[in-house]
Amino acid sequence: MTTELATLPNLMPALPEILLAVGAMVLLMLGAFGGSKTSQVVNGLAVAVLIIAGAILLLSSGGTVTTFNDAFIQDPFARLMKVLVLIGSGFSLAMSVGYTQEEKFDRFEYPVLVLLATVGMMLMLSANDMIAVYLGLELQSLTLYVLSSFKRDSAKATEAGLKYFVLGALSSGMLLYGMSLVYGFTGQTSFVGIAEAVHVEGAGIGVIFGLVFILAGLTFKISAVPFHMWTPDVYEGAPTPVTAFLAAAPKVAAMGLIVRVVMTAFDPMDLQWQQVITFVSILSMVLGAFAAIGQRNIKRLMAYSSISHMGYALVGLAAGSSAGVVGVIVYLITYLAMTLGTFAAIMSMRRRDGMVERIDDLAGLSRNDLPMAVLLGVLMFSLAGIPWMGGFIGKWFVFSAAIEAGLYPLAIIGVLASVVGAFYYLRIVKIMFFDDPAPVFERPANELRLVLVISGLFMASMVFYVSPIRTVAELAANSFF
Amino acid sequence: MEIGLSHYLTVAAILFVIGMFGIFINRKNVIVILMSIELILLAVNINFVAFSSYLGDLAGQIFGLLILTVAAAEAAIGLAILVVFYRNRGSIAVEDINMMKG
Repeated sequence: MTTELATLPNLMPALPEILLAVGAMVLLMLGAFGGSKTSQVVNGLAVAVLIIAGAILLLSSGGTVTTFNDAFIQDPFARLMKVLVLIGSGFSLAMSVGYTQEEKFDRFEYPVLVLLATVGMMLMLSANDMIAVYLGLELQSLTLYVLSSFKRDSAKATEAGLKYFVLGALSSGMLLYGMSLVYGFTGQTSFVGIAEAVHVEGAGIGVIFGLVFILAGLTFKISAVPFHMWTPDVYEGAPTPVTAFLAAAPKVAAMGLIVRVVMTAFDPMDLQWQQVITFVSILSMVLGAFAAIGQRNIKRLMAYSSISHMGYALVGLAAGSSAGVVGVIVYLITYLAMTLGTFAAIMSMRRRDGMVERIDDLAGLSRNDLPMAVLLGVLMFSLAGIPWMGGFIGKWFVFSAAIEAGLYPLAIIGVLASVVGAFYYLRIVKIMFFDDPAPVFERPANELRLVLVISGLFMASMVFYVSPIRTVAELAANSFF
Repeated sequence: MEIGLSHYLTVAAILFVIGMFGIFINRKNVIVILMSIELILLAVNINFVAFSSYLGDLAGQIFGLLILTVAAAEAAIGLAILVVFYRNRGSIAVEDINMMKG
């Protein structure tokens, strides 16, 4: 027993997380002792740390490793999703450079908090035990509450932070209540243990209750209906770089966590969770499509857009098959690229007197700035799912998985909702190309233009690399089958 | 009458529901919402400890300790956000949290 206590757990699988956590603390010290002038340096170093963590992940061997008493698992699925999360965090940090200088937002705490949130997300993706799920989720959420009220002299930002905090804490409460019920009725906190107990004893009413509470808590984090109320307000109120971050990486991480929870811990209860996921998915797609029509603020519009995109991604999960998980992964890849690109464009909407965020401010953009209008148009087509843009390929994967699994009503509702959703994306294209020009924007920062170009080109040409992406996604999905 | 697992679970369920209603029905003050959140987390802790003692398994109590720690951090962050909100708006009434709608 003593020897067992004396030996350290195998730390190597968690090396990227450890690197990020230590890096965050070192950068905090650097910022605290270096004063406010170091914020650009800290930002650059934070991006460098994220890149190194990604390189470690990509270079590590491909198998499945567990450590920390099986509470932490590193498998191909976790690795791929973590790389996506790192891309999301890295790009949104890089995009914030110009904004921070213009808007007097350059505090070194910002990159440090983003790093800590990234650690939380990576722990969520590697969680193999309910305790690990909770700790990872809270590390991510607590950091995001602070980030969304980061502009502390803005009434809107602090209101967004307060709303996010209250509803987020409520959802953590529901998640925990579900975990306590599952623990009580199975006697286990590890995913494998829960799956075994459910397999042996069958799914009793207590475990089903727990499952529903857990799914309620987790769907809040991906802002799926009926737990979406916070999304539009937080997206609108939070500073734009934070909104870009909120829309990209945490959604990918929470979706990955949901996939792992239902595919491992509740694998024997697929009849029960499929009903819940199907219900949530239909509501998200439909509400996201209709509620976005009346929006005038582009950040609010993107909030409803992300609600409906999470609904589409859940279609793949509802199928519950290997093809379904592949669909979810491909959908998340396209979602990440489209979101980062669109927010790069939103952050370029600056006039001499400050940021603007009404959709009408984009009027006649094609005559003021043709490249930006074309790239944003490509992204809008892609978000709407027009063939053969990237967004269409993601939808193709999830809907074909749903049809293979016999979920015809779900697939039909999804396609109809995406037709409705196409209306408001195409309206933006119409405003950009056919309306009378609004005053010209300031020249956008180079990094914003670069992200917009990368994401626009990726979405326009994704049809040429469907098969490598599919291979990678299949490799990751095989972690569960 | 002996007090068994079901009594503890009932108390926890009642506290959980009171916490939920405290968040949704409350129309006055944000501090009350923070108290309701604490109530929910403590209800969960009662659940964990009761199950842990019933099952003779320590994992539940460890989970309970971790929840206590995180709840403290959560309360600190919640109060900090509330303070900056008060500085901007001069009020912490629930009905004043209304700048964004739709």
